[in-house]
Amino acid sequence: MAEVTLKNLSKSFGTDVGVADISMSIPDGAFVVLLGPTGAGKTTTLRLISGLEKEDTGEIWISGRNVARETPAQRDVAMVFQQYSLYPHLTVRDNLAFPLRSPILKTPEGDIARKVSEVAEVLQISHKLDNKATALSGGEMQRVSIGRALVRDPAIYLMDEPLSSLDAKLRTDLRVELKRIQASLGATLLYVTHDQIEAMTMATHVGVLNEGGLVQFGTPREIYENPNSLYVASRLGLPRINVLPAGIFGGAPSGTAQIGMRPEHIAQGDGLEAEVQRVEHLGDQNRLHLILQGHALTTIADPSVDYEPGAHIKIAPRNPLCFDADGNRIR
Amino acid sequence: MSSFSVTEPSKRSKWFAGTLVILYALITMIPLAWIMLTGFKSPADAISYPPKVIFEPTLEGYVNLFTQRTRQTEDFLANNPPENWRDEIVRQYDMVIVGPSKFGERFLNSVIIGFGSTFLSIFLGTLAAYAFSRFKIPLADDLLFFILSTRMMPPIAVAIPIFLMYRQLGLSDTHLGMILLYTAVNISLAVWLLKGFIDEIPREYEEAALIDGYTRFQAFYKVVLPQAATGIASTAIFCLIFAWNEYAFAVLLTSGTAQTAPPFIPTIIGVGGLDWPAVAAGATIFLLPVMIFTILLRKNLLRGITFGAVRK
Ligand SMILES: Nc1ncnc2c1ncn2[C@@H]1O[C@H](COP(=O)(O)OP(=O)(O)OP(=O)(O)O)[C@@H](O)[C@H]1O
Ligand SMILES: [Mg+2]
Repeated sequence: MAEVTLKNLSKSFGTDVGVADISMSIPDGAFVVLLGPTGAGKTTTLRLISGLEKEDTGEIWISGRNVARETPAQRDVAMVFQQYSLYPHLTVRDNLAFPLRSPILKTPEGDIARKVSEVAEVLQISHKLDNKATALSGGEMQRVSIGRALVRDPAIYLMDEPLSSLDAKLRTDLRVELKRIQASLGATLLYVTHDQIEAMTMATHVGVLNEGGLVQFGTPREIYENPNSLYVASRLGLPRINVLPAGIFGGAPSGTAQIGMRPEHIAQGDGLEAEVQRVEHLGDQNRLHLILQGHALTTIADPSVDYEPGAHIKIAPRNPLCFDADGNRIR
Repeated sequence: MSSFSVTEPSKRSKWFAGTLVILYALITMIPLAWIMLTGFKSPADAISYPPKVIFEPTLEGYVNLFTQRTRQTEDFLANNPPENWRDEIVRQYDMVIVGPSKFGERFLNSVIIGFGSTFLSIFLGTLAAYAFSRFKIPLADDLLFFILSTRMMPPIAVAIPIFLMYRQLGLSDTHLGMILLYTAVNISLAVWLLKGFIDEIPREYEEAALIDGYTRFQAFYKVVLPQAATGIASTAIFCLIFAWNEYAFAVLLTSGTAQTAPPFIPTIIGVGGLDWPAVAAGATIFLLPVMIFTILLRKNLLRGITFGAVRK
């Protein structure tokens, strides 16, 4: 396990920007989650670190070595690809053993067998070990490709949306399992996801990417509670943060163009009158969709209270976030 | 109850397709069957009119194919009784066997040259196709077109220059010369076909292998080659069929040591009258290796010939 540092990393594909001037330090043992919309450069970042893609400018340091001249094999990274790419001519067992048999690791067969069955157990694929890799469901393939990374003990694990095609239960199981493995091995992970729960529960650090650039890097709490732009604020949080013109409630600092309120940051009982449009009962909470002076808002409410569509309630913001016209935070 | 399915053809269309395939197979197999039958006929039966479908089988054709015979005096024949069934067959014509014919040698030449050039075409073709498929090569498209263009003129158009060149280089009538020549003709087909197959193999497999600790060459033979196996098998069959059946160059460039079976078989006709059963026997044996090779690889061929279109 090791520290990984990116220094002013850039990579373009012709006129397409893949990654633009990213600097980031991934501490030893950290679980870093990369967030960003499609095309933001998440996969490109992982491919640059792994050495599959050559950076245009910038440096990558892994365990104190500048790896510019190293091949992917020498960099000692394990990667789970976004499109799971199992070796179709091999069985699940041989797929899992493949990295261990590499000329770099040359693991004894006994150790391989032990390691493979251990990982298969964790990923709940022990009963499929003798299947051809092509005779698996999408979710099983995805677990095998996670397994192919986990059998190793690399400087850093790079995982590109590894849990995306699993059902909800497996996803939760594996989320917990990955976090446990990471904590017990002290592994360093760089992890791409679109799933907010994964980001919030597993990450020690979150990096938010936008159009190839790193716009904020911090703990999940910092990113959630203290976003430095409207863009970052809207990447995390479900339902999404509500955005209103600054003038509606008043009292915002000068220069504020918009205010952002998380659904849980709307107080009821006082303030301006809003109309209930729709109520969603989620079991542990109610989600209210409101209209306030023509602006749609979402808030959460006590599940024991019945709200009727068409009813009017009074709402006021609690510690709103203020943003200027460009979407930058005003503190 | 039958239900309607978009992907599964109906029973009727399956029947129709099946009938067509069987009809086609029958039509193409009739000449082959005829050759194989003729190999077991006596010379008289072979040329009888109307043609005989039912006849008494004999191994005369095969004996004549593999032996050289001479006519002998009645004295000699009376004093030397036939030693085996082969002798008995030729005694009907007052002949004795004096030694093996050249057919065995020529057949072996065909095997060496056919399989040798197929191996070489596939070996070079796979490496070239991989490079074209995976690396940025300057002028790659032009090079590929150039490689294909070597196939555009009939090979025989270059026969005379090659004949002169080979004489200068001492490659005339050598195994090496024929292997090189057939490889040169086949390699364009091999590169193009194999490039298609390798293009179909996603790069991610190699990338995964690179990260798993393998070098590019190791990734190539551990990951790409096994997956290209179908393509390699079907390309090999195409190459072998060409090299095996090639006649024109073989007539022109070989006469003795390296002569292959195709130019040899017709020369049987000249020895001792029109010996059709021997020619038919030669043709039958000549067909076998390609047939066996194709049957051994047929699973691959069936999948490969769809050019990976339905592979997942
Ligand atoms: N091989 C390539 N050739 C050309 N452009 C590329 C290539 N790879 C990535 N790009 C471009 O780089 C940008 C970033 O792509 P990247 O794959 O890193 O996005 P991503 O954040 O992983 O998106 P997603 O969430 O959809 O996976 C995109 O605009 C993409 O079009
Ligand atoms: Mg991606």
